[in-house]
Amino acid sequence: MGVEVPDNVVVTKLDQMASWCRKNSLWPMPFATACCGIELMATGASKHDIARFGAEVFRFSPRQCDLMIVAGRVVMKMLPVLQRIWQQMPEPKWCISMGACASTGGVFDTYCVVQGIDRFIPVDMYVPGCPPRPEQLIQAVIDLQAKIQAEGTLMGREFKTAARQQEKRALLEILPGHELPRPMPRV
Amino acid sequence: MADTATLDKLKARFGEADWKAGDRLPSASPGESRIVVPQSQLAKYLKFLKTDCGFDLLVDVTCVDYLHFRNAKDRFGLVYCLANTTTSERLIVRCYLNEPDLTVESAVPLWEGANWLEREVYDMFGIVFGGHPDLRRILLPDEFADHPLRKDYPLRGRGERHNFHRLTREEG
Repeated sequence: MGVEVPDNVVVTKLDQMASWCRKNSLWPMPFATACCGIELMATGASKHDIARFGAEVFRFSPRQCDLMIVAGRVVMKMLPVLQRIWQQMPEPKWCISMGACASTGGVFDTYCVVQGIDRFIPVDMYVPGCPPRPEQLIQAVIDLQAKIQAEGTLMGREFKTAARQQEKRALLEILPGHELPRPMPRV
Repeated sequence: MADTATLDKLKARFGEADWKAGDRLPSASPGESRIVVPQSQLAKYLKFLKTDCGFDLLVDVTCVDYLHFRNAKDRFGLVYCLANTTTSERLIVRCYLNEPDLTVESAVPLWEGANWLEREVYDMFGIVFGGHPDLRRILLPDEFADHPLRKDYPLRGRGERHNFHRLTREEG
């Protein structure tokens, strides 16, 4: 038995469609503390134009963002602030660590500079460079888009109210010919 | 030189036993002189310099740690940079301190601007300013336990930069 599908209808998975929407509409939170922030601004400006990748809506409130770009060194006095801002961002959210300092502390191997933000918050993409060129940041955004599409919703968290997950699982168990979904790999 | 007048005034007021004029450095600007005063008398000297010698502007308060410095006899050199805005004369007042007594009298009653400068010296070197209205750390977080610009403090710290909670994805 076949179902006739008109030409202008595409069948897809909800997860894939959600990812497709999300990856093309990233709203960055610019956590710019140093010279990488200048390159970040250049990336947003007309010459490089991050809008071509749907990520031009820089918001200065973490509550409206889903992509944190940490551009520059983070000192130990700033780190609790960074963590708080990360926690204030709604799910699903991603993080780009831009430049040598954010990723490793860079040349600032001193008592007050955190040696890589990934020690304290989760990071999805690292951009090398001191500071990186706008092209490199754009490449990171493109790679992140691929990651978002491939991973689906990040650990399925927003669909994962316990009852909801249980319900979905039970449904799949009674339907013949369906494999149970494997749990997402931990990121 | 314009600055000999000040040194003469100091001689007339305090004699010559307690304080001495510092070496004149090749880099010193015209009208700049340096004096070294004893720790216990610092506030008296500063007060005299402000009220009787016209040094109405406190340019900077800073400190030097002379640990392992060649030919150094004292541990810390506390430095007050003063300026006379009428005559453009400048004076560097230096005072040597040694552990365990790292206390001097605060200059905040004389120059309000000493407030944050002395807090920074306290923060970085642990010099205690008696009579300071609000002697707290100014740059480092309150829970920091050391004074990092001391030469015996390791460059990479004592683990303070890694002493944080690690946020995971699950915690959001």
